[in-house]
Amino acid sequence: MANKKVLFAGLAMTLTAGVLLAAYQRLVQPKYMSDVVEGNLIADYYRSGKDHDVLFIGDCECYENFSPVKLWEDYGISSYIRGSAQQLIWQSYYLLEDTLRCEKPKVVVFNVLSMKYGEPQNEAYNRMSVEGMEWSKSKIANIKASMTEEESFLSYVFPVLRYHSRWSELTEDDFRYYFGAEPNFFSGYYLRADAKPAQNVPKGTPLTDYSFSDTCWDYLGRMMQLCAENHIQLVLIKAPSLYPYWYPEWDEQIREYAEKYQLHYVNFLDEDKLAATGLDFETDTYDGGLHLNVYGAEKLSDWFGQYLISKFDLRDRSSEPALANEWADICRRYHAETERQVKNLEQYGNVKGEADASV
Amino acid sequence: MNEIRGTIIEILQDLHEDVDFENETRLIDDKILDSFDIVTLISELSNEFDVTIPADKIIPENFNSADALTKMITELEDE
Amino acid sequence: MLFTDSLFIFGLILLFFVYFLIPQKYRWMLLLGASIAFYAYSGVFNLIYIAVTALSTFLITRRMEKMAEAAKESVSAHKSEWSRDEKKAFKEHEKKKRRRWLALLLILNFGMLAVIKYGAFTMNNVNTIIGWFGNRGTLPVPDFLLPMGISFYLFQTMGYAIDVYREKYPCEKNFAKLALFVSFFPQLVQGPISRYDDLAKGLYAGNGFEAERVHLGVQRILWGYCKKVVLADRILPAVTLLISDPEQYQGMYALLGMLYYTLQLYADFTGGIDITIGIGQVLGIPIAENFQRPFFSKNITEYWRRWHITLGTWFKDYLFYPVSVAQPMLKLSKWSRDKLGKNIGKYLPVYVSTLAVWFVTGLWHGAAWNFIVWGMLNAVIILISERLTGLYGKFHAKCGWSNTRAYDGFMAIRTTLMMGCLRMFDCYRDVPLTFRMFGTMFTKWNVQIFWDGSLMKLNLSLADYGVLLTGVLVLFTASMIGRKGSVRKRILGRSRVLSCCMTVALVLIVLIFGAYGIGYDSSQFIYNQF
Repeated sequence: MANKKVLFAGLAMTLTAGVLLAAYQRLVQPKYMSDVVEGNLIADYYRSGKDHDVLFIGDCECYENFSPVKLWEDYGISSYIRGSAQQLIWQSYYLLEDTLRCEKPKVVVFNVLSMKYGEPQNEAYNRMSVEGMEWSKSKIANIKASMTEEESFLSYVFPVLRYHSRWSELTEDDFRYYFGAEPNFFSGYYLRADAKPAQNVPKGTPLTDYSFSDTCWDYLGRMMQLCAENHIQLVLIKAPSLYPYWYPEWDEQIREYAEKYQLHYVNFLDEDKLAATGLDFETDTYDGGLHLNVYGAEKLSDWFGQYLISKFDLRDRSSEPALANEWADICRRYHAETERQVKNLEQYGNVKGEADASV
Repeated sequence: MNEIRGTIIEILQDLHEDVDFENETRLIDDKILDSFDIVTLISELSNEFDVTIPADKIIPENFNSADALTKMITELEDE
Repeated sequence: MLFTDSLFIFGLILLFFVYFLIPQKYRWMLLLGASIAFYAYSGVFNLIYIAVTALSTFLITRRMEKMAEAAKESVSAHKSEWSRDEKKAFKEHEKKKRRRWLALLLILNFGMLAVIKYGAFTMNNVNTIIGWFGNRGTLPVPDFLLPMGISFYLFQTMGYAIDVYREKYPCEKNFAKLALFVSFFPQLVQGPISRYDDLAKGLYAGNGFEAERVHLGVQRILWGYCKKVVLADRILPAVTLLISDPEQYQGMYALLGMLYYTLQLYADFTGGIDITIGIGQVLGIPIAENFQRPFFSKNITEYWRRWHITLGTWFKDYLFYPVSVAQPMLKLSKWSRDKLGKNIGKYLPVYVSTLAVWFVTGLWHGAAWNFIVWGMLNAVIILISERLTGLYGKFHAKCGWSNTRAYDGFMAIRTTLMMGCLRMFDCYRDVPLTFRMFGTMFTKWNVQIFWDGSLMKLNLSLADYGVLLTGVLVLFTASMIGRKGSVRKRILGRSRVLSCCMTVALVLIVLIFGAYGIGYDSSQFIYNQF
């Protein structure tokens, strides 16, 4: 009798503490709505319909340079970008694993820029690339591979351990989006309609060692194998971002690798590719050549859509009602957002639509 | 015996004028005597009675009252 | 391993469950296993030192006890034959033999400590002296990694050995049990220095689960974590900054550094002890208190009776008294009585032993001159106030207002500030620098830092100050209430539900307001290096 009472009291205390902490955790976890919206990219996927023929994985050079809406509207290709800021190659690999739990695309497109990072880089980016994932073996492996020395696994399981001290920096967003974020993306695409011409793009300084790390090669191999096992075509690309600098020595290694394993490799920085896409770095980038804006992304997607159709067995699926229905909504939001940003640009000089231009 | 007790009370009174050493039985427990007092007391007692008080005799039971002190000194003299 | 490591916390929770699930007679073995694991985690080689201490103590205390027993038997066997003087002489002789064993044990252990903790310090000083004579040759300076908590477990164990020598209690016959007494893990990091007769019984008893006791223990652990993680770790970056650049942070900054360090040390050390005692309480093992609201002390003598209590009583029982009543000291007393007058002769032993004890206390805290100067200054203040006791009495008799509570409060603040100033030696770790920084508190009157926003540039944000201020108020209130008995017990007495709510609140406070994780430097408990 007495024992039961003690057990009950213990459980009641644990439960109360747990519920309160969970509620608090929700409050202090970054909402990534007004600021650093990229933090929501990974989680956004689970809200999408899981019927995509093409899957992009990689860093910002994916989610800001390709427009899935354009691919759908022009070619009837259903695609999704599982991109995140400074997504490292193992993160791309585990995101691929994670996506394969939900669906099986026909083509996977991987942006090779992250081959340059052989080690965990930055806690903030890790959080954005990993935290949004649903729990699975892949997520656990991803955390373990991604953690910098100062991080702990436990703080991924209980993010309150990481964000506990944010109580002093809470903003309106933390309360407004307490029960969930609003969709900010368009099948994983981050839309920007402003433009800032690329000027004086710095050339890469010479490196002492151009070889990619073993870790990166290992994950590239695993990615290739995973695709082969699932009968998925793997396409390596290097997006047409002028910076960070993509060294010819690096390009050479990827080219050799692709040849050796008969993979497709498209380097959009090649002059003929740049000419073919019609990109103009005066008008098609929003931050001086790092990322494309929506106009650039559409040009690039136009070319890439043709490429995909010509190389792979991809049907035009725009007549499938369920899919069309889903995409209709995405396209509507996409065009509305473009329009909103254009209007804001005219009115306020920035896409956010605030009097001050702190973009 | 009474002579010893009398001398001890005298020494104690010299340390603290305002304490009733005749009847007080919690000199250590109530922190009436601090470690300085104890050491001074031991030095006085050794001088007066020509006994050696080793460190292991310094326990509250031996220092709590004039009677306890008398008993300890008597035993030490007997040994 | 630190109390704040997540591994420690998980291990502790696991230990609590296993402890109460296994049969009573195996519980102490579990504690021994946990202690060894805990210690091994800090470095497997450290186990060697603690094993040497445990083993040598075990063998020699056993030996001393057997000798004492044999001696007693001889005396009773020759009861009728020997005269009283013969018996006395025999006993003396036997005690001397035992004393040799004790000396061997003490020399072995303190020698070990001297070499690894003080070797470098000694050799550096020797080299300096050699340098004075123009000799360029220097002796090699040893460089040992200080095993965790060595000053704590070594003193505890030697206290036990001396007690066995003094026949205060029989020695422990089971080596594994003694090893547990030596290495009991909650005490390894920063004490307290327990006594065998206080600790051992609880340690081996394997007391069962008692809901109220366990709950109060858990609350005490959480309270300790609150102090440690919420306050000490939060203010630590500011303390580190203020003492890292003495050229920039002078005057009021030095004052601020002194105050911040006072809070940091108090919260860190008492918090750690709360965790230790709380763990003991959960396990049903009473552990000696180490603090008793030290900042409420009216003078430094009282402060040292209430701060790090177990260290003070250790030095009193095993150093101060033996030195004071040793034959040479009594001879000195006699000599000075004859030559220098009664008054001086009476107090000389006390003064000499006080200075000796504080010299050693300084050394105990660290192998550096700043600690020695710190210790000696403590002694000087204590002796001066001892001399002035009579004057104080007259003052209090004359001035009625000096007996009010307000005056008590003033004395407490004065003591706290005085101890803070002495602690500056501990901060700057350099004797001339400390004096200089102390001087700037009076010469450099940069009071504007308190309102011109400088306070916000000390690694502390407004939110941090809010938490710290609230924390200090809570600590103060808890201490005020605590004078009339344990706050936790009183809350439990009032209502069990309220007590449970407090536990939940403490968990939330630690997790939400704790300064842990990325963005805060993880700090080591200040006291575990000593």
